[in-house]
Amino acid sequence: MEKIQALTSENGVVIFTKSTCCLCYAVTVLFQELRVNPVAYEIDQDPEGWEIEKALLKQGCSSPPVPAVFIGGKLVGSTNEVMSLHLSGSLIPLLKPYQSLS
Amino acid sequence: MNSSSTQYLNSKRMDVYDTMHPFSMWGDFKGNLYQDAAATMILEVDAKLDNQSEDTSHTTNIPFNQYDQEATKPVNKVLRRLAQNREAARKSRLRKKAYVQQLEASRLKLHHLEQELEQTRAQCALMSGGVNASHLRFPKPAKSGIAAFEIEYEQWVEEQDKKTNALKAALHSSLSDEEIDKLITDNMNHYAILFNIKAAAAKADVFYLISGVWKTSTERLFLWIGGFRPSDLLKVLVPQLQYNLLDQQSHDLYNLTQACQQAEDSLSQGMEKLQQTLSEAVACSQALGGGRYEMHNAMEKLEELVRLVIQADFVRHETLQQTLRYLTTRQSAQGLISLGEYFQRLRDLSSAWATRPCEPTA
Repeated sequence: MEKIQALTSENGVVIFTKSTCCLCYAVTVLFQELRVNPVAYEIDQDPEGWEIEKALLKQGCSSPPVPAVFIGGKLVGSTNEVMSLHLSGSLIPLLKPYQSLS
Repeated sequence: MNSSSTQYLNSKRMDVYDTMHPFSMWGDFKGNLYQDAAATMILEVDAKLDNQSEDTSHTTNIPFNQYDQEATKPVNKVLRRLAQNREAARKSRLRKKAYVQQLEASRLKLHHLEQELEQTRAQCALMSGGVNASHLRFPKPAKSGIAAFEIEYEQWVEEQDKKTNALKAALHSSLSDEEIDKLITDNMNHYAILFNIKAAAAKADVFYLISGVWKTSTERLFLWIGGFRPSDLLKVLVPQLQYNLLDQQSHDLYNLTQACQQAEDSLSQGMEKLQQTLSEAVACSQALGGGRYEMHNAMEKLEELVRLVIQADFVRHETLQQTLRYLTTRQSAQGLISLGEYFQRLRDLSSAWATRPCEPTA
């Protein structure tokens, strides 16, 4: 889907979220803690958000498809994948190119 | 005759008389009472004498004593026996009365206990559903899900204690690393079962799970989003092993501790966010452009809670698995034993606290 393609290629770390989703908020907070500033795109605030949701489901995300995390243009997964990667020590290496210097 | 009729009346109120007069009363088979057998004889003998005196005058010379000795001996025996029978019957009636009174009292007590039990059962049914008004109005079929969880969890705890003890025995015996590995895998599979049954319970009644009523009181002290903190897990395990760790292991476990804390903090913030959005949805402030209060908006927020609890369990499980990744077989076994014993002790502590002797109020 073009919108997803555009967003994820232009930005290192993109998280598709919904404003009501607390797990989306948790993942965003985690990334910020790791000195990364992700682009959080709220699909429920987009009139065409349902299309994005459909596309995400097609890409293999289970329902609900948020949070959907893209790093370097590639779909990493949802909260489970993020937590799993982080606890196994594999998340930070993925985020390294996008970490702020501060 | 006056005396005999009053004595007959007296015999009907014999029970009352008995309590007042300690000496036993003589009575003949007709139910007539006589205070003194001899006096009885005197009456009868007098009557006989009177009769006899009417017939012949020369028979009045019969000595009273002789008459008494011969004619009253067998009569005495009969009277004594009858009196004893009467006494035994009276005592038997009293015992029966006492027994029946006891039975009546027990029956009343049983009735009261049954009522109390019913009330307690009703209260427990309400409490296990949570202090939630809607539960009373809309009884959920999910209650069976929770009932199932309670049974399964109790069994899980029993089984877990057994597995911890088996692992402990294995570690102190001469079993090979492969055999210990099998027990470790078995133990880890058992933890996987715990998170499965918890997930089912979260879907059935998330508030039940998050309240921690299914845990013992000391465990509840450490409650975080429906279970123990993942960071607590490492706090229990790592100090037990720290003197036996290689530098690389220490380094890896330190990184894991950091990552675990960050994951935990992000979920804590997720929970805060959920509470905030729920509160806003319920308050539905016009100033924030909230419009009219819609219950379904608030309900949506509660759905989020289920996801959050299941996510917290995922992090618990994942942390445990990652920890063992860095440990040798024997270290892993020791780690699982420490963890198992830790929770065992918390549970025992709860029981001990609950059954400690209460201090008398001043």
